[in-house]
Amino acid sequence: MINKYFKVLRSGTHTTFQDKGFVNLQHLGITTSGVVDNELAFIANSLVNNNIYAPIIEFAYQGPKLKLIEGSCRFAISGNVNFNIIKNNQTIIGKTNQTYKLEKGEILDILSTIKSNYGYFAIEGSFKIKKEFNSSSTLTNSKIGSNNGNCIKENQKIYFTKSGSNYNSYININQREIDKFIRVVPGPQMNFFMLKVIKKFFNNYFIVSKITNRVGVRLEDNIIKSIKSHNIASEGITKGAIQIPANGNPIILLNDHPTIGGYPKIANVILADVYKIAQYPIGTKFLFKKVNLDEAENILFEKEKNLRKILNQIKIL
Amino acid sequence: MFKHIYQINEQAFIIDFGSIINTEINDIVINYHNYILSNIDKIKSLGIKNCVPSYNKILIQFDPFLRNKSKILKYLNSIKIKDINNIKNNKIIKIPICYDEEYAIDLNDVSKKTKLSKNQIIDIHLNTIFHVFMIGFMPGLPFLGILDKKLSVLRKSSPRVNVEKGSVAIANKMCVIYPNNSPGGWNIIGKTPLDLFNKNKKNPLLIQPGNKVQFHLMNKKDFHLYDK
Repeated sequence: MINKYFKVLRSGTHTTFQDKGFVNLQHLGITTSGVVDNELAFIANSLVNNNIYAPIIEFAYQGPKLKLIEGSCRFAISGNVNFNIIKNNQTIIGKTNQTYKLEKGEILDILSTIKSNYGYFAIEGSFKIKKEFNSSSTLTNSKIGSNNGNCIKENQKIYFTKSGSNYNSYININQREIDKFIRVVPGPQMNFFMLKVIKKFFNNYFIVSKITNRVGVRLEDNIIKSIKSHNIASEGITKGAIQIPANGNPIILLNDHPTIGGYPKIANVILADVYKIAQYPIGTKFLFKKVNLDEAENILFEKEKNLRKILNQIKIL
Repeated sequence: MFKHIYQINEQAFIIDFGSIINTEINDIVINYHNYILSNIDKIKSLGIKNCVPSYNKILIQFDPFLRNKSKILKYLNSIKIKDINNIKNNKIIKIPICYDEEYAIDLNDVSKKTKLSKNQIIDIHLNTIFHVFMIGFMPGLPFLGILDKKLSVLRKSSPRVNVEKGSVAIANKMCVIYPNNSPGGWNIIGKTPLDLFNKNKKNPLLIQPGNKVQFHLMNKKDFHLYDK
């Protein structure tokens, strides 16, 4: 059997293999990692009949340009993404949320994400990659995970297992609106902040700074100062936590966050909204909105129910 | 044993053992954590995704979609001190360190700030038996305490973009060893050639929480021989 693979002609800004992430390793200093935008990854994987958590390629800003050297494949791209398929010197403008068949010698060029940061590329049967710590995710800042813990690089080969089947499927969903509210629950150290500072936190706009990546999102334009110390005894943290460092510019933790943190946490982005903040382009202006834990849980379960409905609407082309 | 448990978001509890940082409380935290971790069937059936000990807290991350918070709480509350207090793990790990100025890039600065000579600093550092409070921030990074208050200096005001693997650094009353190249804001006073984290081993950690650590002097020549 010949090895089916792509050659990477251009790597893109930050292109990695991801899946569900690492489990039960945070006490060793290995953070959870995994796909930043679950919903998009689930859609792309479902379109090509994969398990929703099958290894997928996540890209940010500019995606990769890939040439199919051996084999054929069926793939799908999700997100708000510009991409082209180049067949026999003809360029076809690609559509997200539907599958395409690619033959030997053809090129997939994922140009960029639009008004968002992350997009996903799934392939029928998924990628042939070595797992580490029982996961195919890539934690680049710790050099742990698939692809030796590295981003996908120019000239490397990307192997996959299955020849593409001959039918295509699609799903009808609207492109997401950019919602200007991020819902949060109060954080464990909210009492480090004066009432008027907490009001400022909720009433004034924040702006997403230039530092937004898989580790976290730094905010600016609304300085938040604590009355107590700027440090707490470091403790375990999870994604969505909003840390306030001494300079007063909040940091929202995302999937590749450090495993423990010593900054007070004023609030926590609800799980259903974490992807939104991750997808906000640099410069996005938004407000935080407070909900309680019960509401946060109900929103999460509701979102999960809707997602399942969406995934059930996949149709054959 | 612990003061209380509170939920911090849809997927995590904090078990709070108080706000004091000392080895007694930390030993209880570590043993409690090891007890939970040793019960793999329970972790799986309850959907616990992470159990992260720190100085005086344990973070429990769980799968919110299982909707079994009360079961997890019941389990955490059911663990008795008699179940856990027989586990001891305080063996002393010897770590070689080279204080040559090529590696100890902040030693001069620490000397100025503490008004101690470099030799005095090295002496105090070598004679401290450290307790390993926790592993975290990045894979395999140990937080060692408690450093003599004479050596207490603040973190650097602007962190370095890259601290070299093996660097031994201090801040406040703690000492860390960077297991890999990383950004970092601590004051670097030496370097060890040892690998603290080996991802190919069943237990990747050289140093476990609860262990004791003592540094011993290594000259530059031996460091180079070891480092090859």
